[in-house]
Parts: sequence; C-alpha cells; structure tokens
Amino acid sequence: MEIGLAHYLTVSAILLTLGIFGIFLNRKNVIVILMSVELMLLAVNINLVAFSAFLGNLVGQVFALFVLTVAAGEAAIGLAILVVYFRNRGTIAVEDIHHMKG
Amino acid sequence: MIISTIAFYLFAAMTIASAFMVISAKNPVHAVLYLILAFFNSAALFVLLGAEFLAMILVVVYVGAVAVLFMFVVMMLDINFTQLRQGFLQYLPIGGLIGIILMLELIFVVSGWALSPDAMSIGASTASASSDLTNTEQLGHIIYTNYAFLFQTAGMILLVAMIGAIVLTHRQRPGVRKQIIAKQVGRRPEDSMAVRKVEPGQGV
Repeated sequence: MEIGLAHYLTVSAILLTLGIFGIFLNRKNVIVILMSVELMLLAVNINLVAFSAFLGNLVGQVFALFVLTVAAGEAAIGLAILVVYFRNRGTIAVEDIHHMKG
Repeated sequence: MIISTIAFYLFAAMTIASAFMVISAKNPVHAVLYLILAFFNSAALFVLLGAEFLAMILVVVYVGAVAVLFMFVVMMLDINFTQLRQGFLQYLPIGGLIGIILMLELIFVVSGWALSPDAMSIGASTASASSDLTNTEQLGHIIYTNYAFLFQTAGMILLVAMIGAIVLTHRQRPGVRKQIIAKQVGRRPEDSMAVRKVEPGQGV
C-alpha cells in the first residue's frame, strides 16, 4: 500500500490532539504543559514537511525550520521563567500562579 | 516499497505511543525520555519524507537542546510531582471530550479535503525540488537567497531568547569571592615585598 499525504496528516492530527489532551490532563504541572506544547509544534512541523514533500515545494521545509527556531526559543524562555518562579515561590503549581491578578 | 511502508507504520506508531506516554507518565523524567523518543521517531518520519536536513536539525535541536533543557529543569527543581498529579482523573472526562471533538473535526478535515490541480504548478514555479541536488543543498539555495532576511530574523529571535534566558536566571549572590584578573596583573613586587637588613646574631 502506498503511503500518501493523508497518512502523514493523520499522524500529525493525532499528535496535535494528544498535545491538547495533555494540556487538559496535566493542568497542574507546567513542565508537562510545556512538553505538550512541544508535541503540538512537532505536529505542525510534520504537517509542513509532509505538504512540502508531496507538493515538491521546499518552502514548507524552510517554514518548518522557522517553527523549530521559535519552538526552541519558547522552550528556553518558558523554562527560564519557570526556574525564576520556583526560586521565588517554591512551587510551580498552576493554580497558585495568580500573583499578577492584583 | 513494502519496506518503506512498514517503516512508516513503525515510526508513526512509535511516535504516537511515546507522545501518549509523555502526557500520561507518572514520573516527569520518564515523560522527558518519551519526548526524546517521539522526537527521534518523527525525525525518522522526516527522513522517509526526504527531508534529511530537517530530520538532523530535529535531532540536534530538540533532542540535543530542548529535551536536555527539560531534563535539567525537571531534575533541578525540587517539586513534589505526586501532589501535582492530583486531579488527574478529575480532568480526564472534560479533556477526553475536547480531545475527541477535536479529533473528529480533524478526521472530517483530512477525509473531506482535496488537492487543487493548480497546486503542483504553483509549487513548481517558486521553489521546486530538483533531483540532482541533495535536500540540504536545495534548502541552502533557498534560505540564503529568497529567505535571507527571515533567516537573519530567526537568528535574532534565538539571540533574544538566549539573552532573555540568561538575564532571567542569572542572580548575583552576596559573599561570593571572584577572581579579579586586572588586580592580579597590576600587582607590583614593591607592594608586597620589602627587603630587610638583618643584623647577625639578632632577630628581625
């Protein structure tokens, strides 16, 4: 059986759903939420690369490269904020993070 | 052909299974390890698609940098993770409902979607993939010409992220003794040494 574009799109759709599911499932743990966001960005990348490969157009891969860049920056900044928050408060439970509410 | 089909199903199943383990693992260290497995398997999927450069970048950036950063943070912070998992089952129904709804929507999109006949010609006119160059060479030709400014912007984003992460996590601790090289280099023999004439038979 030939592997077509729809197969890759299905894989990426399942990955995206798992990412969103993970955010709902681990609502208290910021680290797992960040990992779920990484999974969702990976799904986006698989989508872009699959379209790029099956349409014979390399621009999709360039765009996937930029998505990768932003994902790396997002992970670095997010984890840095997490470390600073833990240093100041001693916890990373999501429902305790409301100090900017006033 | 049959081998590539088997490989696709193997890597896709491994990716999805490890992604599921990421969100359901009890121990966050295991979650990070499953995340690494998911990244490796999707890199293999990229290789199957013919995007070797992105596959290697995925391994280098995600496995080498992002996942290790996650591992570092998980191990550095002293967190009671069992306490954070309370309410896991409480959120399961609503999360499952939203997941199923989204999955159904995506199934409708994927099944009811068709490629425009013009799509191939549009892609071919701008940046078509020719067969006599490798994937990395073709990407280089595009990135350094048509997308040079965007490439520079991506570099700036990484620079800003790096500076931001350093500024956020850097702290000045009091009472830490540091080496001051200028002071060491500027030290003269006259400052620290004195020649005394000692009389014989007497002390200093």
